[in-house]
Amino acid sequence: MWSLSKISGLIDHWLNGKLGSGWASVAEMVIVGLCVIGLFAILGLVLVLMERKVSAWMQIRLGPNRVGPKGLLQSLADTLKLLVKEGLTPDGADKFLFNLAPFVAMIAAMLLMAPIAFAKDFQIWDVNIGVLYITAISSISVIGILMAGWSSNNKYSLLGAMRSGAQIVSYELSAGLSILSIVVLTGSLKVSDIIAAQQNGWWIFKGHVPALIAFVIFIIAATAETNRAPFDLAEAESELTAGFHTEYSGMKFALFFLAEYVNVFIVCAIGATLFLGGWMPFHIGSWEGFNHIMDYIPSSIWFFGKTFFLIFLIMWFRWTFPRLRIDQLLNLEWKYLLPIGMVNIILVTIVAIKGWHF
Amino acid sequence: MTREELQTSIAELASGATWDEGGQWPVVNILPEAWPELARTLKSDPLFAFDYLFCVTGVDWKSHLTVVYHLTSLRFRHTLVVKVKLDRAKPQVGTVCDIWRTAELHEREIRELFGVEFLHHPDPRNLILPDVWDGFPLRKDYEDPVNMIKL
Amino acid sequence: MIEELGTTEQGELVINIGPQHPATHGVLHLVVTLNGETIRKVEPHLGYIHRSIEKMCESLSYRQFIYTTSRMDYLSSHINNHACALCVENGIQVEIPERAQVIRVLMDELTRIASHLLWWGAMAMDVGAITPFFYAFREREMINDIMEETCGARLTMNYMVPGGVMMDIHPNFQRRVKELLLQFKHKLPEYHELVTDNVIFQSRTKGVGYLSADDAVSYGTSGPTARGSGVPCDIRKLYPYDVYSKLEFSECLAKEGDTFARYLVRMNELEQSIRIVEQLIDNIPEGDFQAKTKAVLKLPKGEFYQRVETARGEFGVYMISEGAMQPYRIKFRSPGFSNLSALDHMARGAKIGDLVAIMGSLDLVIPDIDR
Repeated sequence: MWSLSKISGLIDHWLNGKLGSGWASVAEMVIVGLCVIGLFAILGLVLVLMERKVSAWMQIRLGPNRVGPKGLLQSLADTLKLLVKEGLTPDGADKFLFNLAPFVAMIAAMLLMAPIAFAKDFQIWDVNIGVLYITAISSISVIGILMAGWSSNNKYSLLGAMRSGAQIVSYELSAGLSILSIVVLTGSLKVSDIIAAQQNGWWIFKGHVPALIAFVIFIIAATAETNRAPFDLAEAESELTAGFHTEYSGMKFALFFLAEYVNVFIVCAIGATLFLGGWMPFHIGSWEGFNHIMDYIPSSIWFFGKTFFLIFLIMWFRWTFPRLRIDQLLNLEWKYLLPIGMVNIILVTIVAIKGWHF
Repeated sequence: MTREELQTSIAELASGATWDEGGQWPVVNILPEAWPELARTLKSDPLFAFDYLFCVTGVDWKSHLTVVYHLTSLRFRHTLVVKVKLDRAKPQVGTVCDIWRTAELHEREIRELFGVEFLHHPDPRNLILPDVWDGFPLRKDYEDPVNMIKL
Repeated sequence: MIEELGTTEQGELVINIGPQHPATHGVLHLVVTLNGETIRKVEPHLGYIHRSIEKMCESLSYRQFIYTTSRMDYLSSHINNHACALCVENGIQVEIPERAQVIRVLMDELTRIASHLLWWGAMAMDVGAITPFFYAFREREMINDIMEETCGARLTMNYMVPGGVMMDIHPNFQRRVKELLLQFKHKLPEYHELVTDNVIFQSRTKGVGYLSADDAVSYGTSGPTARGSGVPCDIRKLYPYDVYSKLEFSECLAKEGDTFARYLVRMNELEQSIRIVEQLIDNIPEGDFQAKTKAVLKLPKGEFYQRVETARGEFGVYMISEGAMQPYRIKFRSPGFSNLSALDHMARGAKIGDLVAIMGSLDLVIPDIDR
């Protein structure tokens, strides 16, 4: 059967035969780098289009429908526009940091691609501390935002960046705790082990109520960490015009924009991996026939299907809810989510020790 | 309070007040010196309880200026119009924005459009016009050859 | 001129919200002094679209000046026109046909619904929910279509003239208004479900921007802003004009005085406006739509004041006539101007996000404030 791992295996085999193992791995790194950049660009285009179509659908509009068939090329046209726009740097800005910030935001998003399993045996880097790596790298993205806000020399930007800093640092805790609950259940930090442990059922079903609570907390924290409504205080357009990227234009703005969408994809991919089994098909206990039919659907489709379902969920939030206020946002985290998360992890531990999960 | 009752009670308070005949509401003309004192009484005296200042404006009568205060009482639902007559060359009247806070913005508007100086106003800056504006646009003799269209 | 604004001596941050800012719905300019996220002071700077309509009116005839008032509070242009028409009619002492009165009140209430709908969408957008805006426009569009058929315009109607209305209603008018009522009554619970009952919306608005009844009176606020603080001030009830005295509707009051109370007052007003339209739509009397008036109007020497209830509050026309063809002086008492003066009081100590919510609940229309 056709699969991504077979294709990558063939390429690996061919490169090893042609170049020898040393050069082959260099060539593979280059290919992987290019693939990540390509995926980055494609995800940006697809997600922007998806967001516009989803919002249009919710807002009784049609959305983009002029450029290309059914408006499919709209985001491509937008990218082209952003590419040829002049990238202004304000006079009072700290030019070095100002120009660096979008790249920091983008690189942090790119690094997070590494441990994600896109399909069966198709992963860039199956590091044994994969989950730890993810939580560590995702904290870096706040530096890009703070850098942008500070160096813009604009009060809206500064306020937006400060809000975003407070927000991401707080919600990191909840996200970490809910990720940890799955680590406790699996007993491994390695992404491939976590997926393998969901062979006979996804954690959200196997882990009883505690896993469900962890999942809900994760979705809330993920929405907050990616600065999406109702937690989009960093760029609250009715309060701070555009928050930390007020002064950015052209491609530098586009990089922030891209990083935001790729971050959404990544947190949803992580959520799908941890709670919904990643590329693992939907299996029910010992129903051999049913499980066999599910196996026929390619693993990459399973992965992207779950991820895009979660992305849709986050978009649904955005187009439904009003925005929280900064103090309410922090109250929600420190007074509700964090204590619940802590109690929850104790419950998960009990479940794991007693072996009550399926 | 009826019109006649208002007239007699206010006549006791402000000497030299004159009354306009007819019109929707009783209209009292007073001098600027008497106004802040009278205003305070009109607001605080439970007999009048004029707590709602719903309109403040100026009128240029060419010979003099008047500032017109429309007052109403939410308790008794009676209405009174107070006109303060001001000297056109040096229009000055005490502020009432400590009595009715809505007067603050209204007085700032009248100050720049009519050139009336409100004494003891807490924030006498231009509200609508730029700070460098010359002249008082709502006065009858104001001329602006560029921006004004005469029909 | 706005001086160079940076930080104050106490290290407080001064930021400009406006004149071009997504939250101000126009060219309102607020200079906000902040301590962190907390507001210390709000100073409005006006005049960005001041056209000096009052001065303009002094050189226009009594028939012409009414058209300028559509451009003030452009969301309640019918009601502004109504006030001016009533004021001139007071002067020339003319009896308005019953039919014209009913049409006027119908138009007023449809305008109020349209205005409140736009406000509802904008208010939700201010607190961060974008989708309600589109739902509000769906129904508002129906009203605009009705207006377009009868008045020939969608925003600045100029429909009410001294003596009645400019032309008779379109034959489709009654049918389409009934369609609107049918749809709107079905959609209003949806609005409540989407925004009013939302937990985040309630936590954003409850207890925010408190205005006590005394302060509401002292600041001269009117309309839903004052009624949200429990001050009964509905001109339609207290000083009824045209057929309002014969209609059954209740004045919407709330006691809390916060942003949510003002929100609820407006939402309830929508229902009351529907009630009024329902009472009138099948009972438009036959007859003339305009009284016979002279071609050139001349008002007797004197002063005329007419107050009406617009969607934002009490709108007053103060007209001084010297017996000429033009008014000697006209003053428009705009509700937004007084409501704005209470903003500083309400916003002190709140967060930036609250300021936006409070402004949304005041429903400021900037041309109405600047005139």
